Amino acid sequence: MMEIGLNHYLVLSTILFSIGLIGVMRRKNLLMLFFATEILLNSVNIGFAAISHYYGDLTGQMFAFFVIAIAASEVAVGLGLLIVWHKRHNNIDLDNMSTMKG
Amino acid sequence: MFEAISFYLFAFLTIAMFFITVTTSQALYALTALAAGMIFISAFFFILGADFLGAVQIVVYSGAVMALYAFGMMFFDTTRDLKEKKGNSLIIYGLSIVAAVLVVIIFAAPMVTDNISALYPMVEGAGNTQEVGMVLFTKYLVPFEVAAIMLLVAMIAGIVLAGKKMDLSLTMMSDAEVKDLKEDKNKKVLS
Repeated sequence: MMEIGLNHYLVLSTILFSIGLIGVMRRKNLLMLFFATEILLNSVNIGFAAISHYYGDLTGQMFAFFVIAIAASEVAVGLGLLIVWHKRHNNIDLDNMSTMKG
Repeated sequence: MFEAISFYLFAFLTIAMFFITVTTSQALYALTALAAGMIFISAFFFILGADFLGAVQIVVYSGAVMALYAFGMMFFDTTRDLKEKKGNSLIIYGLSIVAAVLVVIIFAAPMVTDNISALYPMVEGAGNTQEVGMVLFTKYLVPFEVAAIMLLVAMIAGIVLAGKKMDLSLTMMSDAEVKDLKEDKNKKVLS
C-alpha cells in the first residue's frame, strides 16, 4: 500500500484513459471532444513516464515528448478548422457535421 | 512515505479534475478543470524523476494549449448550455468491452516481459535533462527534426485557417456592411 510501484501508475493511467473515453463517447460539442482527446493523450503520457522510470530506460520519456508535440500540433490545426466551421455554420455540434454521410 | 502521500493526493486531484472536465455542462468550467488537471499531471512526472518532461508538460499544456483553447473559445458561443448526445448503446457496449480487454493486456504485459533490459539506460551522475539531451540528439535526432517540421506545418495551417477575415472587425462595422459581408460569404464556399 505504501510502496508505490509500476502497477499503481498503470492503474491511474487506465482510470484517466477511461474518463477520457467516456468524454469522447458522451460529448456532442466538438470543443469538449477536443478536451477529452487531451485527457486520453495525457493518461498515456503518465504510463510512458512510469515505465521509463521503473525499467530505467529513457525511451518512454522520448515517446512522451513526441506525444506532446503531436498533441500541440493537433490543437493548432483542429482549432483552426473549428473556427472556419463556426464562421460558416455558426455552431460546432457534432450531429450537424454529416455532409459526408452516404 | 512522502511518495505515497503525494501520489494518492495528486491521483485524487487529477481524477476529480478530469471528471469535472467530461461531465460539466459549462465550457468555461471544463477548460479551467482541464488546465488544473494538466498541472497536477506534471506532478507525477516530477515524482517519477522525469523533471524535463514535467517542465515541458507545464510549458506546453498549461501555457500554449490552454491559451489556444481560451483564444478559440472567444469565437464560440460558450454561454449556451452544452447538449449531450444519446449514444448508440451497441457502440458503447462494444467500446467498453474493447477497453476492458485493453486493461487486461496492460497488466499482463509487464508479467510477460519480466526479463526486459533497458535499450537506452540512464547515465550515472547526469541529471534528467542531460540524459534526455544525450538520447534525444543521438538516437532520436531524425524523429526530433521531423517533429519540428510537423510543428512548423501545424503553425502555418493554424495561421492560414484561423487568420482568414481577421482584418475585418464585425463590431466596428455598420449593419449594412455586415449584411453585405453575409451575402458575400454565402456566395463563396470556403474562405
